[in-house]
Amino acid sequence: MTSALLEVKGVTLQYKTPRHLVTATYRVDFSVQQSDRYVILGPSGCGKTTVLKAVGGFMPPVEGSIRINGKTIESPGPDRMMVFQEFEQLMPWKTVYQNVLFPMKVTKRFAASEASARANAVIEKVGLTKFRDIYPHMLSGGMKMRVAIARAMAMEPDILLMDEPFAALDALTRRTMQQELLSLWDQLRFTVLFVTHSIEEAIIIGSRILVLSPHPGRVRAELDAEGLDHNSVGRPEFGILTKRIHSLLFGETHQLHAQQEIRA
Amino acid sequence: MNAQPPQKPTQVRRPEFEVELTDANAIGDVERPLTITERLVNNEAVQRLTILVTLIVIWELYARWLNNGLLFPTFTETIRTFSKDIANGVLIDRTMTSLRTLAIGYALGLALATVLTTIAVASTAGTRVLSTLTAMFNPLPAIALLPLALIWFGLGTPSLVFVIIHSVLWAVALNTLIGFRGVPETLRMSGRNVGLKGARYVGLILIPAAFPSILAGLKIGWAFAWRTLVAAELVFGVSARSGGIGWYIFEARNDLDTATVFSGLLAVILIGLVVESVFFRAIEARTVNLWGMQR
Repeated sequence: MTSALLEVKGVTLQYKTPRHLVTATYRVDFSVQQSDRYVILGPSGCGKTTVLKAVGGFMPPVEGSIRINGKTIESPGPDRMMVFQEFEQLMPWKTVYQNVLFPMKVTKRFAASEASARANAVIEKVGLTKFRDIYPHMLSGGMKMRVAIARAMAMEPDILLMDEPFAALDALTRRTMQQELLSLWDQLRFTVLFVTHSIEEAIIIGSRILVLSPHPGRVRAELDAEGLDHNSVGRPEFGILTKRIHSLLFGETHQLHAQQEIRA
Repeated sequence: MNAQPPQKPTQVRRPEFEVELTDANAIGDVERPLTITERLVNNEAVQRLTILVTLIVIWELYARWLNNGLLFPTFTETIRTFSKDIANGVLIDRTMTSLRTLAIGYALGLALATVLTTIAVASTAGTRVLSTLTAMFNPLPAIALLPLALIWFGLGTPSLVFVIIHSVLWAVALNTLIGFRGVPETLRMSGRNVGLKGARYVGLILIPAAFPSILAGLKIGWAFAWRTLVAAELVFGVSARSGGIGWYIFEARNDLDTATVFSGLLAVILIGLVVESVFFRAIEARTVNLWGMQR
C-alpha cells in the first residue's frame, strides 16, 4: 500500500464575512493517493471549494492538518497548481504561450529553453498550437479553460487542483473537455483533486468520490467510481451509483418527509 | 362560464425533411476585407480630423463676422502669429522651458505615487493612510499651494516642480489604488498560486491587471500637471528669468496682442492633443486595446 500523497485530517475551516463567522467544513478527513482522480462532490454550501482553497494554501485550517508528501501546507505554491472556474484566471496581457510559460518562468523551475519547449508541447497537447500567439480575450470559453489546464499541467505539479473547471461551459463543450481531461490523464497519470456539484460529472471524471453534506461540510461517504466514463452513462452500474449518491445527498430528507406523511 | 381548458386543435403532423445545402458561393468569401472608404469612415484619426476642421471653420467664420482682432482674432491671423513665433524661435523656446519643468515634475510625481501605492497595497493600514491622504489633498487645487511653494522654495523651477508633483501624485495614486482593488480575486489567486509575493506580485500581477485605470490616472495626472504649470507661470512667470509658455501668454496680454495670446493658447492645446492622441494613444494600442481590457 502506497502512502498517501495528500492527507487531510480533521480539518475544520472557517472564514469571516463582514458580519458572520462561517464554518465551511467540520472535521473533514480524506486522503488522496498518487494518480487518483479524486472528486469532492456536494451541494452548494458544503464547503467543497473552501477545502480546495485550503489545500491550495490560501486559507489555514482552524483545526486539523493538511499534509502533502508528509509536509504541512502553509502557503500557496506551484507544487499545487490550481485551475479555477472563472476565465479571469488567465492574464489578459499575455498571449496563450506567455500564459503557459509564466509559472515556469517566475518559479525558475525549468531552464528557459526547456520551459519554452514544455510550453509548446503542452499547448499542442490541448490542441491550441494555432492560437499560440493570441490574447485570451479572443478565445472561446472552452479554449480559455484549455489554456488554464495547459498552464497548470506544464508545471508538473504534485497535485492538480480543479475548482469546478467546466461549470461555466456549455453542455457540449463541457463533455468534450471532460473527455480531453480523461485522455490527458490516460497519457500522463497525474494526480487531480476535482471539485464539482454535478453527480454525473463526478462519476465520469472521478476514480474516487468524496461525498460531502452541507452546513457545515462533513464527510458523508467515499465511493469508488473506477472504470465509469461517458461510455457507461447508460449502463446499470452508472444508474445505481447515481441513485446511491443521490440518496446519500438527499435521502434523509426524503425519508423524513415520507415518515411525516405516514403519521399524518 | 367556460372553465374547460381550450381544446387542443387536431394537430396536422408536420412532415420532417432533409435538404441539400444551398450553394453559398453567390455571397462571395465568408470573410471579405473592408473597402478603403469603409475603413476611412471608421478610422479614428479621420474622424478626429473632421471634428478639428469643422471647429476651425466655425472659428474663422465667427471671427470674420465679429471683425475685432483685439477681442477675437481669426484663425488665419492666429496661425500667422503662431508660425512667425515658431520661425523666430520664441515659442519653441518658451514651450521647451515649460515641457522640461513638466517632465521633471511628472516623473517625480509618478515615482512618489508608485512608492505610496506599493506601500498602500502591502497592508490595510497603508490603504487607509493613502485613501485618507488622497481624500485630503486631491481636491486641493495645486495653484492654492503656489504661495506656500514660493515661501519654501523661492522663485523658479523648484516651486513649479512642487506644485506639479502635487497635481500628479494624488490623481495617479488614487486611480492606481482603485485599479488594484478591482483586480479579480481569481487572477490574484493564480498569481499567489505560483508563489508570487511582495514587489514581484505587484509588478507582475497587480500593475498589468490594473493597467486600464493606471493609464486613466496617468492621463488625468498629465492634464492636471499641464494646466497647473501654465497657470503657475501666468502667476509668477513675470519674475522668473526664462519664462515658459504661460509667461509668453502673459506678456502678450500686457501688450494687448490678442493674436499672440491665441497663438500661445493654441500651442497649449496642440501639445495637449499630441500627448493625448499620439503618446497615450500609442500606449493604449499596445496595451489595454491589444489585451482586450478596453475597447
